[in-house]
Amino acid sequence: MRRTPLIAGLAAVSLMLAACGSDNTADSGGSSPTAAASDTAAARDTAAASDTAAASDTAAASDSAGASDTAGASDTAAAGGTEVSASKVGDGGAGGDVGVFTWWADGSEKLGLDALTKIFSEMYPNNKFVNLAVAGGAGSNAKAKLASDLQAGNPPDSFQGHAGAELTDYINAGQIEPINDVIDSLGGDKVFPKDLLDRLTVDGKIYSVPSNIHRANVVWVNNEVLTKAGIDPKKAPADIKAWIADMDKLKAAGIATPLSIGGTWTQVELFETVLISDLGAEGYTGLFDGSTKWDDPKVTTAVADYAKLLEYTNTAADGDDWPPATDMVIEGKAAYNVMGDWAVAEFTSKGKKDGVDYSYWAVPGQDGVYDFLADSFTLPKGAKNAAGTKDWLMTVGSKEGQTAFNLAKGSIPARTDISKDIFPPYQQWAMDEFKSATIVSSIAHGAAVSLGWNTAISSAISKFMATKDQAGLQTDLVSAASDNLG
Amino acid sequence: MPDTSVADRETAAATPAPRPKRGMPTWLPGFLLVLPSIILIGVFIYYLIVKNFLTSLTNRNSNNLNLKVHFIGFDNYTRLANDSTYVHAWWNLLVLTVAFIIGTMVFGVLWALLLEKGPKFEGIFRSVYLFPMAISFIAASVAWKWLLNPQTGPNAIGLNQLFQLVGLDSLQNAWFSSNSKFNMVAMALPAVWQLSGYIMALFLAGFRGIPDDQREAARMDGASEFKIYRYVLFPQLSPVALSALIIIGHMSMKMFDLIYALAGATSYVAGVPATMLWAQLSTYKYGLAGANSTIILVVVAIFVIPYLIYTRRSEKKAGS
Repeated sequence: MRRTPLIAGLAAVSLMLAACGSDNTADSGGSSPTAAASDTAAARDTAAASDTAAASDTAAASDSAGASDTAGASDTAAAGGTEVSASKVGDGGAGGDVGVFTWWADGSEKLGLDALTKIFSEMYPNNKFVNLAVAGGAGSNAKAKLASDLQAGNPPDSFQGHAGAELTDYINAGQIEPINDVIDSLGGDKVFPKDLLDRLTVDGKIYSVPSNIHRANVVWVNNEVLTKAGIDPKKAPADIKAWIADMDKLKAAGIATPLSIGGTWTQVELFETVLISDLGAEGYTGLFDGSTKWDDPKVTTAVADYAKLLEYTNTAADGDDWPPATDMVIEGKAAYNVMGDWAVAEFTSKGKKDGVDYSYWAVPGQDGVYDFLADSFTLPKGAKNAAGTKDWLMTVGSKEGQTAFNLAKGSIPARTDISKDIFPPYQQWAMDEFKSATIVSSIAHGAAVSLGWNTAISSAISKFMATKDQAGLQTDLVSAASDNLG
Repeated sequence: MPDTSVADRETAAATPAPRPKRGMPTWLPGFLLVLPSIILIGVFIYYLIVKNFLTSLTNRNSNNLNLKVHFIGFDNYTRLANDSTYVHAWWNLLVLTVAFIIGTMVFGVLWALLLEKGPKFEGIFRSVYLFPMAISFIAASVAWKWLLNPQTGPNAIGLNQLFQLVGLDSLQNAWFSSNSKFNMVAMALPAVWQLSGYIMALFLAGFRGIPDDQREAARMDGASEFKIYRYVLFPQLSPVALSALIIIGHMSMKMFDLIYALAGATSYVAGVPATMLWAQLSTYKYGLAGANSTIILVVVAIFVIPYLIYTRRSEKKAGS
């Protein structure tokens, strides 16, 4: 009996300590970003997951810094210029563990990461790659873990994130560092399209190295359905109006749903491509820095065109995934689907032949515009082995790294100096386009807007799906922009 | 040493009144034992409620390092009140809650009535009705997402396709995706499916708790079966009904997983305050999220507190 109170007291004290400890975290908001993170993840996971490719990890690694620290290898790196493969001859790296955080835990994404890891160990044998991948939830688990690690000041040496504006939240919170030196020593705009670097630059600084590139503004076409209706599937209509005229023809030919859509984010993707067509690449990009106003009459036109397009679609629930929409094209129930180029894997897995069973072109009215999204790798503030991180980023941005990774993952390299011969037909087409096209950022996949803005646009699009209120959509878009542009 | 303590304990237990002077007050060990829970609940529930409310009064709507957090009064609340999407979310929640409560009550009571007299295979039926509850909302949503697919006509799948197969084409609809004021009734379907069995179990326990002699007495007095239920059994089940109502009602008001899995966090047609809370949190809008969760808390409290007072009173009555 005497001991009971003592034990109880001890237990109470220890629980109290425990409580205080966790309380701190909760307090600092650690838990919420998690939530936030997973959310986005949920929205776009689908994309990411399926994407084989979402992995454009920007890992541009400019190790020149890392290299110089260690072994005076900086020469090599600096001299490297466009010839990044030279870094292979380098000093062997900064040494130590390099913990890299991703959600690439299986499928083609895992294959890609493994390929990249192999190159890393060849280029920098001194470093030990530590795989911090968190599986499950198509990235939502990983983002939750990442958010709490960052909040607790215990970052990995590098982590995966969508390139572009989605990193804004990390930048504003002071959680990642600029890595312009890495990009420069990789060859800067000699090897990466200048447009791409512009899209990645925030106040003159670049915060991540893209590992792979995806394209969002692709129309996937069922050849048989179009041929039956007397339309040439290989030839894209000149603009949205012509495309709508084709859809009328398809309807007349008995195709109930010429255009297939999925859940909210696929609708956002469709809407953003209509915006690109109606505003042009420059006008569209201006939407995100305030130089194009969201109440511009051209946006009104785009909203009207989008509303018109929705008359040709199937009905979709907000939470639907993308594969059912793409499958409708594969099965001939729909003629067109606007989807990112991860869809090519869906066609391949269903045994369809490129050019025979299906075709693809950029959404009408934007030939020569590349609506990109990319995965990328970052340098977190307070990374334990920053020099090692830069080695990693150099690997991700290197010719070998990008080739190996993208071949395995099914996406295209962010570098334009890689031979396309070994890539499959779709990737070859995409690589050609990427080299010459004007590059714009995707809204739906976090390249153009921050998480908060993306959520606001998604809600507006979801609301529009129910109300079909065009003026209301534009008002919502305007207020989303004013909330987020400040 | 152990011997002595055992002896001590026995003495203490045998003669509680004349405790040794050095011993601690009788309430202390008990208090120390519950202290951890008090502290944990205090920190994790009440402290955080206060903290959450304070956050809701600030402009902390971004995670920007340069943000100067200061109090802005009830601005976040007025912003929410003027947001038509948020108001619509509360309407959705109302429709969902009413449909959810009516649905589970109707099926729960019906099944309980059917099983109450102990028919053959009662155990099997009971398990069958209860089983859906063993599945999490998230897992069930995978199937329901397909069943409640909004496509109609040639591309229909799920329930709409089923309607076509049995020739009830006109019943096809877009379920919770339809632009109707009452689309959330469709969202209540999976919830009703999952929890009707639970309500059945509650009522079944209630029925079984009523001694058989009451029915026999009523029968002797010539009451019809209907009258027995109406005047003898149902009045005694009102506490069960009230508990069921409160349980379902507050579950419905906190409903998140089902809707998140079926419609995502940014859905307008199916959005409820809890899914909006998720969207606000994930975009670092802590102030708005705090305001939203405070409103949810107050509404749930309005619903639950009268019940707590009621049960406390009736327990006191029973005790005295």
